[in-house]
Amino acid sequence: MATSGAAEVDPGDRERQQHDRRRLASSLTARYSDWVLEALDELPGSFLLTDPSLAGHPIVYASRGLAALTGYPRREVLGRNARVFQGTATDRAAVAGVREAVRAQRAHQVAILNYRRDGSPHWVLLHLAPVFQARDGSLLHFLAVQVPIDAARRRAGAGRGAPGAVLAACREEARVDEDFPCASHAGKVFVDMDKRGLEAEEPCVASDSEKEKATNTANSIVSALNRYSKLTSLVVSGKRCDSVGIPALSSSLNLSVGRIKQSFVLTHSCLPDMPIIYASDAFVSLTGYSREEILGCNCRVLNGPGTSLEVFEEINQHICSEQACTVDLLSYRKDGSSFRDLLHVSPIRDASGKVAFHIWVHLDVGAKHDFNGLTPEVWQLGAVGAVRVAVRGLSASGSLLRPSQ
Amino acid sequence: MEMKLTIRRVPTVVSNYQEDADKPRAGCGRNCLGDCCLPVSKLPLYAFKANPAKPSQEDASSTKSLVNILLTEWEDRMARGLFRYDVTACETKVIPGNLGFVAQLNEGRHLKKRPTEFRVDRVLQPFDPAKFNFTKVGQEEVLFQFENGAGDDSYFLNNAPITVADRAPNVVAINVSPIEYGHVLLIPRVLDGLPQRIDPESFLLALQMAAEAASPYFRLGYNSLGAFATINHLHFQAYYLSVPFPVEKAATHKIPLSEDTMKSGVTVSKLINYPVRGLVFEGGNTLNDLANVVSSACIWLQDNNVPYNVLISDCGKRIFLFPQCYAEKQAMGEVSQELLDTQVNPAVWEISGHIVLKRRNDYEEASETSAWKLLAEVSLSEERFEEVKAYIFTAAGLVQADEEKVSEGEEATYKPVPVAPLPIAEGCLVLQ
Repeated sequence: MATSGAAEVDPGDRERQQHDRRRLASSLTARYSDWVLEALDELPGSFLLTDPSLAGHPIVYASRGLAALTGYPRREVLGRNARVFQGTATDRAAVAGVREAVRAQRAHQVAILNYRRDGSPHWVLLHLAPVFQARDGSLLHFLAVQVPIDAARRRAGAGRGAPGAVLAACREEARVDEDFPCASHAGKVFVDMDKRGLEAEEPCVASDSEKEKATNTANSIVSALNRYSKLTSLVVSGKRCDSVGIPALSSSLNLSVGRIKQSFVLTHSCLPDMPIIYASDAFVSLTGYSREEILGCNCRVLNGPGTSLEVFEEINQHICSEQACTVDLLSYRKDGSSFRDLLHVSPIRDASGKVAFHIWVHLDVGAKHDFNGLTPEVWQLGAVGAVRVAVRGLSASGSLLRPSQ
Repeated sequence: MEMKLTIRRVPTVVSNYQEDADKPRAGCGRNCLGDCCLPVSKLPLYAFKANPAKPSQEDASSTKSLVNILLTEWEDRMARGLFRYDVTACETKVIPGNLGFVAQLNEGRHLKKRPTEFRVDRVLQPFDPAKFNFTKVGQEEVLFQFENGAGDDSYFLNNAPITVADRAPNVVAINVSPIEYGHVLLIPRVLDGLPQRIDPESFLLALQMAAEAASPYFRLGYNSLGAFATINHLHFQAYYLSVPFPVEKAATHKIPLSEDTMKSGVTVSKLINYPVRGLVFEGGNTLNDLANVVSSACIWLQDNNVPYNVLISDCGKRIFLFPQCYAEKQAMGEVSQELLDTQVNPAVWEISGHIVLKRRNDYEEASETSAWKLLAEVSLSEERFEEVKAYIFTAAGLVQADEEKVSEGEEATYKPVPVAPLPIAEGCLVLQ
């Protein structure tokens, strides 16, 4: 494997540089949407995305937080391999672990000694997570989150043996050939041994809260990617999709929402592509789909010719910002007939306050209904209220979903 | 000079119009609930059937049921952004233990509010039209009028004129600082400017609402002045929470009544193994019987300046009455700083076991013991409770039958002792 990559790009060649930047950016925008960069910029934390399908496995995105943590401005890391952060005292065993995780395309968490732009070393908890295409399980990107490890706390735990010093002497040739994030930096030793100081000498164990922070940050990024991938109907996931069974509502929740008369489905907000996990009787009779057919599908299943993609985009925007929305849409039944669909979509939070489901209330505007004197829009909200109280009450004391098999 | 007992607390904002209530206003250009606007307005109307306790033709899940209409209208107000925060984003959990206290972390409810002085030594105070009251509420905060339709079946009209000719309308309005999804206020005869004071007719109305809701998870509550009512304008609170409340699961000891008093069918019990001493009123041949007994008890309490809280539970069939002394203790400086720091106001919901906490730390460390500790401060002493109980009995025309003497050890049962949890199947609790 060659060690190509952006490090070799001539910095003076503006045109080529711009071309490269576009190529890197399209690695993301082609798979998610033009909005994805803005959305990622909004997310806190220090993280980057790499594209294994491009030569040199370059960094295609670096968060704002990364610049603050490492001292590298974004333009200096884009296009380069993530090993740019490693230096002489970086633990080889840790690097090997990362490399192994990359090969196996699985998530990995490890405390690792990284180097800032000015050459000063610092310990970070690296959380690595693959991002797959949901449909065929192919690997699209790697996500690397860096959580700084609290130095003061870490020192208190010193004395368990310091691999850093030993590993600093690691042979150069052992770390030149891997083109993978956090594999060692290829050749240039930009860390003066004098500068390493205590930071590098001591062992490092991340605290549970740091580990949790890393995992949470990674999860929120993957779910943001997941949301934006829906716009290109590519759909990504933090887990390789093995066509796992769709989780079912717990029997008590199923019972509570089963009494609701409106036509609606519930989608799981945390699973890739937000599959339908519940469909009401009225929805089944409105659309002609059986429960077996509809569970596990995305709500796009009702789309057809003339369904406005702009409106669907609007729904997605609201989902991303955890807002409710009501739209007017053309939807299709199973038999191919269409109907004017007054669709209300709203996030449903569980007892912890987090969005667990989305409710999609459909109303065939052309059909006759008894709205009990209310406007159709308000009548639809009745289903939302009923689902909210059911979910909130049950999740405070029990589980919303049946335990997975 | 008169001694005044006051406490300082952050007032709860129940209406979006509360904060500017003190500002003078020239005329009224907004749709309020006052004499200026209400009589010429149209509002939705929920007319309940003559006998709310009678099972409805519509089942409780019908979109025409009271709870459904209430939640539908509430969701609509949420969609319109009338609330101060999204209560469904507030974490809530059942604390492990025998009673299953429900804790909620609500950091937004008292945000940006300064403590205000509340007089706590007068349970009855005259209505003051100059202070904030519900006639100043905007009509968008009202969900519907709630009236006795006097027919065999209930009905709902989305737009109905206000009938002020015979009497002022009862209205159900949102609480803009909800402690749970669907939190509303029932305001009897809003235009009449009644102070926070129980009367038999208004109390019956509250029972009728609970009966009409026909769900054990829809409860009403009442706080007297001096027992954490914020506004001196007659109102009950209500919300839907599909979790049994600890007080509903607590053991009770039935007080034997003389045959004469048994005629109304009302039974009275005393809570045992619960941190707050209280009486439980149940049954009654009609809703009216139960309303009469309990309102007589409430009237004695307020007339004798004993602050109290009432929980109307189990579709209006079970009523908990708690005389309390927390605010008094607080005013006298007898409550520990540790408890005061939590800023928890032990009103009816807290006493019933649904505790709203304002600090994350308190929420995360909440245990049955900490909840018990707080609520124990609310309770009257055994001696004082028995004294009050005797007065209440006299006032309500109840005669205690000769009874086995209260055992000496009873006092000792007022602590968190292990009691077997009720075998309650989630989602299908039936309280009988």
